[in-house]
Amino acid sequence: MKDLVGIKELSRNEIESILNTASSFKDVLKRDIKKVPALRGKTVVNLFFEPSTRTRTSFELAEKRLSTDVLNFSVPTSSVVKGESLFDTIKTIEAYGVDFIVMRHSSSGVSHFIARNVIASVINAGDGINEHPTQALLDAFSIIEKKGSLEGLNIAIVGDILHSRVAKSNIYLLSKFGANIRLIGPPTLIPDMADHNVEVFYEMDEGLKDADVIMMLRIQMERQGKGFFPSTMEYFKNWGLDMRRLKLAKKDAIVMHPGPMNRGIEISSDVADSEQSIILEQVTNGLAVRMAVMYLLSGRG
Amino acid sequence: MPDAILIKNGHIVDPSQGIDGVGDILIKDGKIVRIVLQSDRATVTAAQSHYHTIDATGLFVLPGLVDIHAHLREPGFEYKETIKTGTMAAVKGGITSVCCMPNTNPVNDNKTVTEFILRKTYAEGSCYVYPIGAITKGQKGEELAEMAMMHEAGCVAFSDDGRPVMSSLIMRRALEYSRALNVPIISHCEDMSLSEGGVMNEGRLSAQMGLRGIPYASEDAMVARDIILSELTGGRLHIAHVSTEGSVRLIRQAKERGIKVTAETCPHYFTITEDAVKGYNTNAKVNPPLRTQRDVEAIKEGLRDGTIDVIATDHAPHHRDEKLQEFDKAPSGISGFETALSLSLRLVYEGILTMSQLVEKMAIISARILGIDAGALKVGFDADIVIVDINREFKVESEKFLSKGKNTPFEGWTLKGMPVITICKGKVYDWRQNE
Amino acid sequence: MVMAKELLNKKDMERIISRIAHEIIEKNKGTENLCIVGIQRGGVHLAKRLANRIKNIENVDITVGSLDISLYRDDIGIRKEQPIVRKTEIPCDITDKKIVLVDDVLFTGRSIRAAMDALMDLGRPAQIQLAVLIDRGHKELPIRADYVGKNIPTSMSESIEVQLEEEGLEDKVLLQT
Repeated sequence: MKDLVGIKELSRNEIESILNTASSFKDVLKRDIKKVPALRGKTVVNLFFEPSTRTRTSFELAEKRLSTDVLNFSVPTSSVVKGESLFDTIKTIEAYGVDFIVMRHSSSGVSHFIARNVIASVINAGDGINEHPTQALLDAFSIIEKKGSLEGLNIAIVGDILHSRVAKSNIYLLSKFGANIRLIGPPTLIPDMADHNVEVFYEMDEGLKDADVIMMLRIQMERQGKGFFPSTMEYFKNWGLDMRRLKLAKKDAIVMHPGPMNRGIEISSDVADSEQSIILEQVTNGLAVRMAVMYLLSGRG
Repeated sequence: MPDAILIKNGHIVDPSQGIDGVGDILIKDGKIVRIVLQSDRATVTAAQSHYHTIDATGLFVLPGLVDIHAHLREPGFEYKETIKTGTMAAVKGGITSVCCMPNTNPVNDNKTVTEFILRKTYAEGSCYVYPIGAITKGQKGEELAEMAMMHEAGCVAFSDDGRPVMSSLIMRRALEYSRALNVPIISHCEDMSLSEGGVMNEGRLSAQMGLRGIPYASEDAMVARDIILSELTGGRLHIAHVSTEGSVRLIRQAKERGIKVTAETCPHYFTITEDAVKGYNTNAKVNPPLRTQRDVEAIKEGLRDGTIDVIATDHAPHHRDEKLQEFDKAPSGISGFETALSLSLRLVYEGILTMSQLVEKMAIISARILGIDAGALKVGFDADIVIVDINREFKVESEKFLSKGKNTPFEGWTLKGMPVITICKGKVYDWRQNE
Repeated sequence: MVMAKELLNKKDMERIISRIAHEIIEKNKGTENLCIVGIQRGGVHLAKRLANRIKNIENVDITVGSLDISLYRDDIGIRKEQPIVRKTEIPCDITDKKIVLVDDVLFTGRSIRAAMDALMDLGRPAQIQLAVLIDRGHKELPIRADYVGKNIPTSMSESIEVQLEEEGLEDKVLLQT
C-alpha cells in the first residue's frame, strides 16, 4: 500500500493491521520519551489547502514522534494564491524529495489525483466532502477500546452527513466491520448511502434507541440559509444531542465528536462534558492512529 | 488532385434518396456527377484512365457527416483547438460539416465574430463550418443578440450552449423571434439552480465519491419548460445533448402532440455511464454528466424509435493541463470528433439502428434541421463523402488525435469500424496510409 | 529443495537454558537488580524460560519483560512491508537495573543495536548484558554476547530456525541450507 486516500479503498485486513499497530503506538505515547526513530530521515510535507488546527496539529505531532522532518506548507503564503496549478505545486514539492504528502483540500478526489502523479506516499487528511480516513480509523480505535469490537454495535451518526467526510469514512469503515449504522438528520443532509448497510432516521429520538455509540457531527454554519435547514435553533431542537436524548441510548453509550464542537447547536455542554463523552480520548488516539498509518505506509522497498 | 474521382464498388447508403446498394460514384471538380448502382445493371466506364479510382469493395460509402454540435474554440481559446486543427480532426472522423457553438471569446453574438469564423474557415478549414450564434448577448441570458444580422452573416442556428437561458421570458422571446428567420433554437437544457456546484450525475455514486451531483431533474425540468415554450411560440426547438430517460420521455410526448421539437444525443450518452468517472477521471467529466445504465437504455430506445433525431459529437476539446486538475475544477467536455462515428456504429452492430438510420441521424436530419445543402450524396452536391470499413478495428489513442483536445474517456478502447477515406472540399484523405 | 538439519533438540535446549541461568547468576553474583528482557518474538519465550530456571535455582522472582524493536530498526524503508509492531512490556523502571537482553539468534548484531536503543528510550539501565541461544556469526556491528547457548558457524545462504513449544511447535533448532 503506497497511499491512504480513503477507507473505501482499504480491506478489512488492512484496517485491522492499522488499528493493531496503533495500539502499540499508543503504548509509546504513554512513555516519558514519546519519540521513536522509526522514520528518521524521512521528510513529510503537510499540505493544507483548507484551514485546520486539530488535524494538522495531530499529524504534525505524529510525524515528529516518528522522527521525520516536517515541512508545513501554508496556503496563504504559497504560490497557489499566485495562480499556480495544484499539479505544479505538488510537483515542486515532490522535487524536494519528500516521502509523505499529507494533504487536505476542499475538492473531493484530490488525494487520488495527487497519489496517481507522485512517487511519495499520499495521506488524505480530508478531501472535499469525500473522506477523512484517519478520523474514521481513530474513531474505530476509540470505539474498540471501549466496546471491544465493532461487530453488531448500534452506531448512530447524527447531523450533516451529506457534507461530512468524517461521516462518510466512518460509514465505509463501520459497514466493513458489521456495525448497525443509523444515520440521523434532516432529509436535506442525508445522502444516498443505501449500499453501505445504513438505516436512516429523521426522528432523532427513534434513531437513538439502544444506541451503543453516538457520533455527533459538526454543523457547518454556512449551510444555514442555503436551504438545508431553516435555523440553528430549529436544528438543535430536532437533531441536537442533550441529556434527555442521551438517556434514550444504552446506559453505557459513548458520545463522540470529531471537533470542533458547536456547543448548544449540535451538542449541549452537559453532554459534551459528561462521563459518556470520549471526545478528548479521540484526540489522543488520533496521534497513535496517524503514527501507525505513516509507519505502515513507509514499508516499501 | 485529379479532376475526376471514381469510387468503385462501394456500398452506397443515402436514405434521403432511397439508396442502399453497391455501386459507383463519379466526382468531377469536387461535385458529384453520377451515381450508378449495380442494381441498375450499369457501371461507370467512360474514359476511366483519367480518373483517380478508389476501390471501395467491401466498404460503405456514406454522405460526409453533419455535426450539429461542436466547439472549435476559435476565437479566444486557440490553446484548446483552432478552426484549422478542429476541422482536420472532424474530417478524420468522417465529418464534413461542423456547427460550432458560440462560447468563444469573444462570444459569437454578433456578425463580426461570425464573419471571422467563416473567413478563418475559408482560409484554414478542412471542412465546412456553420457557426451557431448566441441567443443572448455575451451568453448572459439577459438580452437577445442580433440574431437576424448573424443569420445573414452565416449563422444557421442559435444557442447559449453551456450557459442555458435561465429566464423563461428571454427563452420565450428567442423562440418567438427565431420564427422570422426559420432557424432552430438549440437549447442546452439545464436548470442551473438545481445543478448548482454539481460535477457529475447525482446518485449513489456521487454520494460515494463525495462529488456534488447534477440531478436528472435539472435537465428534465428545462426540457419540459422549453417544450412548453416551443408550443406556446411555435418556434423551432432543438434540444441539445439529451442525457436522461426523462428527457427522452418528454420529447417523445411532445412529438406525439405535434410540437416542433427535435433532439440530439452524443455517443458518450449511449455508450458509457457515470461509472466512467470512478477514480476521479476528469476525462469523463462532461455536461450534462454521464448518467446511469437506465438512461443509456432509454436513449438507445429514443434513437431507435426516432424520438432522438440526431447524433452530434459535442466535440469539446480542452488542454491537457486543464484536465490535469482537481475534479471540481477541471472543465467539462470530451474530444469527440475522432471517435463519434465508430462509437455510433456500435448501434448498428447491436441492431438498434440500420446503417441507413445511422446516416440519417449523423448527416441527413441534422442538415435538414439546419437547412443546409449537405449530408446527402446528390448529383450536383459537393462531394462530401466518408468511406467506412466496418470491419476494421483500431485502438483509441488520444496521442494520435488530430484534435488538440486529447480528453477522451475512451482511451485504450478497441473500436470496430472506422472512416478509411474522407472526401471533402475536393480533397481525398486516405487515413489508412498513416497507420 | 530446502534441507533441514537438526542442530539442537528439546533436551539440548533445556541444558543450555539451565547452564545460561547459572552463568547469569554467577556473573551477577546473584539476582539483585536483575531484569530479563526478551526481544520479540523468540527472545520473549526464552527470557521467560530463563527466569523460571533462575527461580528454580535461587528461589527468587525475576522481572521479565518483552521488547519490540520494529520502530528502532535500521532497515525501515528498505523492506517491502513493515514488521508488525508488537508489545513492549517491561513491568519495572529499568533505570539503574542490570538488563539481560535475550534473543534467539545472534546474526548481524543489528537487532541488538536496535534493542539497545529501544531500551535507552525507556530509561537508563546500569548495565546491559546479552544472552542468545545461537550465535551464528557474520556480525556487522561490534556486538558480542555475554552468554551463548551454542556457536554455530553458518554461511550467509543458510538460515537458522528456532522452534519453540510456546509457539505450538516442538522445541528444536534447525539449520536450513
